Amino acid sequence: MSEFFFNLVWLLPLFPLAAFAIIVLWTNRNRLLSTWIAWIGIGLAWILGWIILFLSWANFEELTPPVHGHPVPLYSIPTGSLQLTLGFQVDTLTALMLLMVPFVCLMIFIYSKGYMNYGTENVDPRYSRFFAYISLFACGMLGLVVSDNFVTLLVFWEIMGLCSYLLIGFWFDKSYPDPKRITPKEAGLKAFLTTRIGDVIMLAGILLLYSQTGTLTFTQVFSEETLHHLATTYAFPGMPWATLIALLIFGGAVGKSSQFPLHVWLPDAMEGPTPVSALIHAATMVSAGVYLVARSFPIFVAVPGGLQLSVVAFIGAFTALFASTIAVAQNDIKRVLAYSTISQLGYMIAALGVGAYVAAVFHLITHAFFKALLFMGSGSVIHGVEHGHHHVHHGHSDTDHSDGDFDPNDMMNMGGLLKRMPRTGWTFIIGALALTGIFPWAGFWSKDEILAEAWHGFQHGGEFGVTMGWAFFVWLFLTLAAFLTAFYTGRQIFLTFAGQPRTEAAKHAPESVPSMTWPLIILALFATFLGLFGTPWANQFFTLIGEKAEVVGEHLPHGEFNLLIAGVSTAVALAGWFLGWLIYGRKPLTEPVDPLEKPLGPVYTLLKNKYYFDEIYQKFIINPTISLGRVCATFDRRVVDGIVNAVGTFGRWLSSWLRKAIDNPIVDGAVNGVGWITAQAGEFMRATQTGNVQNYILVAAVTVVLLLFLFLIRA
Amino acid sequence: MQVPLSWYLIVAAALFCIGLYGALSRRNAIGVLMGVELMLNSVNINLLAFWRHIEVATASTPAALSGQVFAIIVITVAAAEAAVGLALIIAVYRNRRTVAIEDVDMMKL
Repeated sequence: MSEFFFNLVWLLPLFPLAAFAIIVLWTNRNRLLSTWIAWIGIGLAWILGWIILFLSWANFEELTPPVHGHPVPLYSIPTGSLQLTLGFQVDTLTALMLLMVPFVCLMIFIYSKGYMNYGTENVDPRYSRFFAYISLFACGMLGLVVSDNFVTLLVFWEIMGLCSYLLIGFWFDKSYPDPKRITPKEAGLKAFLTTRIGDVIMLAGILLLYSQTGTLTFTQVFSEETLHHLATTYAFPGMPWATLIALLIFGGAVGKSSQFPLHVWLPDAMEGPTPVSALIHAATMVSAGVYLVARSFPIFVAVPGGLQLSVVAFIGAFTALFASTIAVAQNDIKRVLAYSTISQLGYMIAALGVGAYVAAVFHLITHAFFKALLFMGSGSVIHGVEHGHHHVHHGHSDTDHSDGDFDPNDMMNMGGLLKRMPRTGWTFIIGALALTGIFPWAGFWSKDEILAEAWHGFQHGGEFGVTMGWAFFVWLFLTLAAFLTAFYTGRQIFLTFAGQPRTEAAKHAPESVPSMTWPLIILALFATFLGLFGTPWANQFFTLIGEKAEVVGEHLPHGEFNLLIAGVSTAVALAGWFLGWLIYGRKPLTEPVDPLEKPLGPVYTLLKNKYYFDEIYQKFIINPTISLGRVCATFDRRVVDGIVNAVGTFGRWLSSWLRKAIDNPIVDGAVNGVGWITAQAGEFMRATQTGNVQNYILVAAVTVVLLLFLFLIRA
Repeated sequence: MQVPLSWYLIVAAALFCIGLYGALSRRNAIGVLMGVELMLNSVNINLLAFWRHIEVATASTPAALSGQVFAIIVITVAAAEAAVGLALIIAVYRNRRTVAIEDVDMMKL
């Protein structure tokens, strides 16, 4: 039976793709029908995805990546002497992703109906289009996780990039009174171009991989011989092919998973509708980068202790800490979550960098659930505040609110919302507990596993040649990041939900509609209980993807529970919460001024402005690029155009000379000459045509006589 | 005594030339037609003369009547031609009120 369902795995991306096509082509005008088509598309994918998940859970022994899996080849591309087989596959890593992707998508699809104001007068004018885009996105993500080779993976990867661009810029006509604030249109472009840098690097890696191995199918690339070949042949001295390829593929992950230094796009991606932020920029697409590294993990560890693992560990750990410091000083509720996402993705990347492959995937899955929950909760809050604002604005026109300046995303405009929006509030708090790693919520187990593995690496030397120094560095940075995570999350909770409303809008914010709150409740359940599948004593995640895995011929180690590390991370998290409460919760704010602003002084300004990364990139990368573009354009206009024009002028002169010298006298002369001769001949012959019958008879008679004479003479 | 073949041929040639002259020189279309008839009949004389000459020379059976048959066919065709020709002339006369051959030069472009 499992064979049957595994062979249907190609249907997974097809369902949402069909929904996309149907909505775009036929049902665009009917909002309700479009909603249902999108729901049915993702719903079918969810059912099939979970069937595959449970079946592969039952047969995990034969399906453990990297080299085992159930292949579903579709077609081959003949490339000269080599065959490039494209297709799909089912293995336990795919199955684990299928636990998360279609379900979170479904929740967000349901939530979107309420968020886009279905059935009210505020309904989004591009409502159906939104559902079409997110369906296409779901196709991309599902296709990515079921691909069995780097080619289709890249194709679906790019489909997601496109959808991300389209959805960030979904409200492309929006503009703000503050000219410095980024608009959705610009944010979409920024996201697309920034991730493009990573994609190009990744493409280079994939092409090199193909040139070295002649195959891009996962099971073949990750076979022991191939990896051995990659690890022992050198691109240049000191750099085995495996290291170089791993680093290049990691470039793609850095772009997609928004790691330092390509992290700048993700916070601005919050300009998109909140379901999009939850779906693409928290739960699924950004984790595609982590998935990519997890999927290509054998390449990363092919050279033990190579440069590639250090780079991955450093980038991950650094990003985790760096992004969490920025999150501390953000007032936009979604931007705090965006930096939190970057930070959590850093956790996963860092975990992969110290060889904690199972922990990274575990954290990926739990994070997707609770971060989607948090984002949708923040969307619900924003929605409520916006409605409250409308209510105030239309109800009492004498109030001093002006529409242009009010920002419903600003936490300074909120406060006391737990009473107004209890469902949203409590589920948000559950998500926050999961995020900060409080026992026994999901985040505790997954985060703790990463920290425990890093600590284990420090004490005993890591797996795959990870040095103790790197392991300690990762552990230290991630623990510090855990403290900051708890702090900024506490700050967010206290600013948003505790105390008294600081604006009229917050005072009148209504609870969101059931289609928005039910997904929150369901996700909150997952955020609470999902971690129990990954406890160190009965780690189903390890069973699924770790136990039977033979990465470069070695079995993955079983992560052990370390009471010290669990204690330290819990203490750190509680300290963060406590500090958050001390500053923001104990004495609720009445004025929209952050109490951190004064004591931290310039540091606060630095954090508030995100270490001026946007400005630095603007000054040192974008502006020089634009200047270079201008120089090139000038060169193009002056020199290249000059040459082209000169060629054109010369051509014109040459042709006019040829016309005068050759065409007119010779060619035209010949043509006209033939005509003239014909005309003259006609003129001459015409004289014989008198029309008089007697003349003709005379000619005939004379001719006969002449022929007769000739005949006689010859005879 | 037998009239020699050449006499017949001379008469036929003379008749042909008279007919040709008539066809070429008459202004009246009916005259031209009559010239043509003369030429046809001179051919008839030739046909019969040669037929008789060959019959005597080879002493063939009287059933070989090909020369006479040819002549009769020519007479038949000439009668038909005269009928058609006269009809044409009448048609031309009705249109143009003339039968002068040099005025009927519509074949000229």
